[in-house]
Amino acid sequence: MKRGLALYALGAYAFLHLPLLVLALWSFNASRFTVWQGFSLGWYSAAIADTRLVEAAANSLLIAAIATAASTVIGTLCAYGLWKRNSFTLSNSLYLSLVTPEIVTGVSLLAFFQWMFRYIGVRLGMHTVILAHLAFSIAFVVIVVMARLRTFDASLEEAALDLGANEWQAFRRVTLPVILPGVIAAALLAFTVSIDDYVITSLVAGVDSETLPMVIYSMARRGVSPVMNAISTIVVAGLGLLILASERLQRR
Amino acid sequence: MTRLRAIFLAPAALVMGALFLAPLAIVAAYSLLTRGAYGGLSTPWTLENWARLADPIYGVILLRTVAISAVSTLLCLVLGFPLALFISRSGSRKNVYLNLVILPFWTSFLIRTYAWMFLLRDTGLINTALLALGVIHQPLPLLYNDGAVILGLVYANLPFMVLPLYATLERLDKSVLEAAADLGAKPWAELTRVTVPLSMPGILAGSILVFIPCLGAFLTPDLLGGGKSIMIGNVVQNQFTTARDWPFGAALSLALMAVVMLLLAAVVRRKGAALL
Amino acid sequence: MILELRNVTKRFPGHPAVDGVSLAIEKGTFFSLLGPSGCGKTTTLRLVAGFEQADSGDVLLNGRRINELRPYHRNVSTVFQNYALFPHLTVRGNVEFGLRRKHAAEIDSLVRDVLELVQLTGKESRMPAEISGGERQRVALARSLVLAPDVLLLDEPLSALDPNLRKQMRSELKSLQRRVGVTFLFVTHDQEEALSLSDRMAVMNRGRIEQTGSPQEIYLRPSTRFVAGFLGAMNWYNGAGIRPESTRISREAPDNGARSLPAIVCSAVFLGNCFHIETRLAGGETILSEVLRSGEVFHPGDEVHVWWQAADELLFPHESP
Repeated sequence: MKRGLALYALGAYAFLHLPLLVLALWSFNASRFTVWQGFSLGWYSAAIADTRLVEAAANSLLIAAIATAASTVIGTLCAYGLWKRNSFTLSNSLYLSLVTPEIVTGVSLLAFFQWMFRYIGVRLGMHTVILAHLAFSIAFVVIVVMARLRTFDASLEEAALDLGANEWQAFRRVTLPVILPGVIAAALLAFTVSIDDYVITSLVAGVDSETLPMVIYSMARRGVSPVMNAISTIVVAGLGLLILASERLQRR
Repeated sequence: MTRLRAIFLAPAALVMGALFLAPLAIVAAYSLLTRGAYGGLSTPWTLENWARLADPIYGVILLRTVAISAVSTLLCLVLGFPLALFISRSGSRKNVYLNLVILPFWTSFLIRTYAWMFLLRDTGLINTALLALGVIHQPLPLLYNDGAVILGLVYANLPFMVLPLYATLERLDKSVLEAAADLGAKPWAELTRVTVPLSMPGILAGSILVFIPCLGAFLTPDLLGGGKSIMIGNVVQNQFTTARDWPFGAALSLALMAVVMLLLAAVVRRKGAALL
Repeated sequence: MILELRNVTKRFPGHPAVDGVSLAIEKGTFFSLLGPSGCGKTTTLRLVAGFEQADSGDVLLNGRRINELRPYHRNVSTVFQNYALFPHLTVRGNVEFGLRRKHAAEIDSLVRDVLELVQLTGKESRMPAEISGGERQRVALARSLVLAPDVLLLDEPLSALDPNLRKQMRSELKSLQRRVGVTFLFVTHDQEEALSLSDRMAVMNRGRIEQTGSPQEIYLRPSTRFVAGFLGAMNWYNGAGIRPESTRISREAPDNGARSLPAIVCSAVFLGNCFHIETRLAGGETILSEVLRSGEVFHPGDEVHVWWQAADELLFPHESP
């Protein structure tokens, strides 16, 4: 039975990993069609030459950078506050935001922004996308930082107070430096969920705020193209590097 | 300390209140309004949108959604259990095997879905390979059907099943298994009569963790179902975009949300487990 | 009195952790709070440090009530059981943590002096993870002592060390206290530690103080059965307590007016400098005696007489046995 299990696991891992590996491999295919015709970087240069793609990538990076910075700061402070003493309402809204289907989050934000539009002239655009990303990434940050705080020795903070630091100084000079690897990991996670989001983004984006996933989606709807394979490979490799970095930091 | 804590919690409370709870409240209000001309909203307040949920057209989609989600969950369980068992019994390499399960889950969801389009479509890799080998003479219709949607859902959610299964199998008291073997249970009997019953908490948790995202799926049925195999998430999106019937879309999304919350509440009550 | 607790009570949900505790500690003394785990001694320490707030009663430092002051406004400092060294700071970073408002030159000389005092010169740039357990404890001491606290609070600081190191650090701690002259409030569950280190000590049980006094007073004249039993071994006979070292054993009944009882030797254990001999009386009670090595040798089964002077009996007339 042991060998059967190992053989089965091999198949399961192939199921999980082969689709992306094959996709990456075929991004180097010289042919436009699925038949292999030799190695080429042509689709990569085509991807980089596509201004719509490059602009969308720049948008995505900008949105993810701002949303990540904001959600990391807000989420870390929140996790610390909840670690001190739990707040039923706040922590439950955070759980709830995690389990809410993306499509529901997306349409509710759309409805909210449209309603605001009537009163204070909010238009859909980069800012609404950034706000939406901030809203859905905070819960991820809180969870990761909270996990790190659970292993934080509270007596370190008491020692800081004991040695003359006030509460803010104790947080700033002791707690934050000690949990920093967790905070950085949380930021990387927030960045990856932000840069990957399509469903919510597509609903709250305006004409000037097309993101990379939106372009990838519309290309995927139109059909398979080798350029898509190249972009996909770039994105997956980039995300993979970020995750590796995050893992290393969390293990520290 | 209380003051500092209040200052620390305030920004998150503001964001969650303004950008999560308030939007839900607005959706709740919209679900009670009437669709106006040109897709706008108008009074009178009405329960008609909620009544339309019982409309057979949507009832069928609702049932389809539940059925597709249930089949996907079951497949995840059947496929995930042996994998979790393998990982829990692989000694010092456990963490490597576990990370291999988690890894694709962190790469772009959109791109992983697209990878299946690349494999499954008429001119995709599988059909091209089979045609070249002469196994088939016509491309198989692999994409844009329920099967493709279920495949995509299983692929995307398998890690959610494997992780809790692994966690319970890992905690399983080894001496119980040894006792079973000692009492003469063959490996298969040990599995069905001891291991599986003892891992029920993991099976339940994993099933819920897979079933809930399946219910709310949008991208997978959209891309792999290609409009032929739609689920409730697609209807919600359609009401808010093409159809411009926001009140009904609002009622639908709240209904979806309510089902998700009821399921979670049932599990949390039964297991008493904190999610965070 | 540098530190005074007046009728201090602290309740935790369900039970009072500290129940009407009063203490007065004179400047410059080494004062120990001794008691079993859960007796409230650590909570008492935390009330002084400011990590807990008393429900009632007063905590006075230099005659000033400090109940409401935050920890950073109290001139007391704590050495934590696990030392709580900041893992992201060097030895020097830990020691100068509390010295922020001073001039750089002053900080330098204070840090140099205190590190010399605890013999850590040369280890300034090590991280806490890179030094030994004993060195960690010295960093924790230096970090607090450099602030010249009115009272240094020590929460079982020796319990994290292995037994050999613990004995060595015990004598270092005592000589350190002598040299710096700072008042130490030392919490421990180890009676030997408390007896050997303290100028004065208090024994706590169930949130209350059972007895306060010098180690000798407490050992020789325990005021309650709990104190008598908690400090050293004790034989109980007819409601009186007799220390093993006060009992004698001989073949014949002594004729010196001592209380003498026939007994049978159950076991004789050689401990190097003495024997521990356990005997059983006719009524079934067992008596432990500490007998000098040079005296007569006894074996299990020997019929003997156990005796002691009436003056050595410890009586607790206010408590029922």
